[in-house]
Amino acid sequence: MILKSKDLLGLKDLTTEEIEYILNTAKTMKLIVTSKNKKAPHLQGKSIITLFYENSTRTRLSFELAAKYMSASAANVSASSSSVSKGETLIDTGKTIDMMGTDVVIIRHPMSGAPHLLARNINASVINAGDGMNEHPTQALLDMFTIIEKKGSLKGLKVAIVGDIYHSRVARSNIWGMTKLGAEVCVSGPSTLLPPEIEKTGVKAFNTVQEALIDADVVMGLRIQLERQKKGLFPSIREYSRFFGLDEKRLKLAKEDALIMHPGPVNRGVELSSAVVDGDSSLINEQVQNGVAVRMALLYLLTRRDSNENVN
Amino acid sequence: MRTLIKGGHVVDSKSKVDDFLDILIEDGKIVEIGKGLEYVNGDIIYADGKYVLPGFVDAHCHLRDPGFEYKEDIETGTRSAAKGGFTSIACMPNTSPVIDNQAIVKYIINKAKQEGIVNVYPIGAISKGLKGDELSEIGELKFAGAVAVSDDGKPLKSSSLMKKALQYSSMFDITVISHCEDLELVDEGTMNEGYMSTILGLKGIPSAAEEIMVSRDLILAEYTKIPVHIAHVSTELSVDLIRHAKSRGVKVTCETCPHYFTLTEEACEGFNTMAKVNPPLRTKKDVQAIIEGLKDGTIDIIATDHAPHHSDEKNVEFAIAANGMVGFETALPLCITYLVKPGHLTIEQLVEKMCVNPSKILGLNKGYIEVGGSADLTILDIDEEFIVDIQKFSSKSKNSPFDGFKLQGTVYYTIVNGNVVVREKVLL
Repeated sequence: MILKSKDLLGLKDLTTEEIEYILNTAKTMKLIVTSKNKKAPHLQGKSIITLFYENSTRTRLSFELAAKYMSASAANVSASSSSVSKGETLIDTGKTIDMMGTDVVIIRHPMSGAPHLLARNINASVINAGDGMNEHPTQALLDMFTIIEKKGSLKGLKVAIVGDIYHSRVARSNIWGMTKLGAEVCVSGPSTLLPPEIEKTGVKAFNTVQEALIDADVVMGLRIQLERQKKGLFPSIREYSRFFGLDEKRLKLAKEDALIMHPGPVNRGVELSSAVVDGDSSLINEQVQNGVAVRMALLYLLTRRDSNENVN
Repeated sequence: MRTLIKGGHVVDSKSKVDDFLDILIEDGKIVEIGKGLEYVNGDIIYADGKYVLPGFVDAHCHLRDPGFEYKEDIETGTRSAAKGGFTSIACMPNTSPVIDNQAIVKYIINKAKQEGIVNVYPIGAISKGLKGDELSEIGELKFAGAVAVSDDGKPLKSSSLMKKALQYSSMFDITVISHCEDLELVDEGTMNEGYMSTILGLKGIPSAAEEIMVSRDLILAEYTKIPVHIAHVSTELSVDLIRHAKSRGVKVTCETCPHYFTLTEEACEGFNTMAKVNPPLRTKKDVQAIIEGLKDGTIDIIATDHAPHHSDEKNVEFAIAANGMVGFETALPLCITYLVKPGHLTIEQLVEKMCVNPSKILGLNKGYIEVGGSADLTILDIDEEFIVDIQKFSSKSKNSPFDGFKLQGTVYYTIVNGNVVVREKVLL
């Protein structure tokens, strides 16, 4: 099997089979991440560029290590957000990178659809490492990988995603991916932070966190950004935390063996209490480790397409 | 110089003519209309099987001249208009400099006389520099030749200034065209707020942003008893509000554009910047309501909102892509294909909305076929099919979401003041 597109732009456009294939490949990759000798030859001779228009520590590092563990040459391009609307266009930057012999460009961008624009205009494969409010597919893949590792499958699991769904690309990618793999996804957050007509994507939306948490197998908190408060979307962090914060007491509504996740970085005491972050059910650290494995799998699968030359 | 048009199906809403007639043109005027006119020694156009209609009048376009000639200028803009069957067009004042003084009005009129091939009527700015702070010299604009005033592209934020604009303009009998948009509700929105904005992760523009301002202007029009014209109506509730106001006797007129009765927000799929326009493309129920509004007369005018943009302004991230689409060369076929062919509008009603009403609102002596009237005529075949090819547009810009659409309705002749500017589908 081979991925249909030269790019990974989002989980909305992937088939269930493609998602499962990526996750299966990541299992093998995890053996490399957890071994003593982290050097595999899969990407020898390949060149990987990370092109980040937004700050990021973990995602960028995770991609960079994924490339290096598989012997690719990797380089970083940092573009400040302010250069997005002035200066060189995204297409021009992309073409420059393309002409230097790059095989995969990993892009993070504050505007939804930027990776799609790049992908249409360059020959290299493009991986979306987060675009605006649209998608963050590798985060969702690593979340699903982590859940499957613990639970065996997503089929029939109830997953509650709590927080700022409106602005969250992590939520959108997880909704597409998890519903495709058969999970029942519930979202909950202040009504000002739920996107319109979100239920049409196949999820249930709740304005009380309690409804979403009942009998959940997986609970995922999302980061709340303070700047949303200034825009009038919620009155205070204190009130947010009172109605939507996840603490041990509230999590008793979920199943006893419920898994706790968060894409990080966590605002301790806001989305999750410190006790929950550091508790036994928290998978936050596993998520980070699995992130490298999933990204290795993707880099491997996308660069393997070259031999077929059926780039569309 | 005489031209005889023979055998065409003449439809004129003003004189209620709907018959196969010949039309004789001399010195830019229609001199005779009748059956079996014979004339040797001159240009004879055989219009058998085709409609002969009053030249189309566009009440809302952007010619980008002066200031943005890399997008369009008066020469290319009027050529594009002629190709689309328009003989008179009214251009919006968001040029650089803004059309907020006599000099720019005169510049446009003079340049159009020299380089334009259709009649061009400038629309002046309501406020100086389109800033929404002070009224521009509306009296002087009118006497220089402006046919309406508008801050199109921007709403007049201040209700107080809007009220004064209506009152002051009424003194000069010049129409105020309002661009209705509550910018605080728009915020950072770039497409219609709804399911599509949710799944594309794009910030949405609620339909309420348009409707709230439509309501405000209707209330001001009722309060002042002065007419107002609402530009580019795109939502179901806007249509309902205007219908209600009309039933109360408010002197309101309004327009919509072809993209609002042909496309929905789904055209933005894949971050298609060609479908980025303001107001944004809405939903199916809005499209149906626009068609209803056109049918029952709530919507008076179909305008193009021809908005040319360079490819560099569209080939970027959706959030920073320019708003708008070119419209001259697709408007008529879209009306034929989506309104006339399905039976929503008759040809006579189309003539009302694209010839008679725009002329009335702009105070032009155009939009009808009568002896003594100006020889502005459009001859079209409403059955001929073609595939839209943006590369063939005469406009300088190619930003259209209709590329590849199969449409019916071809302009065979455009005649402006007796001059044939499009002959057998070819721009001269």
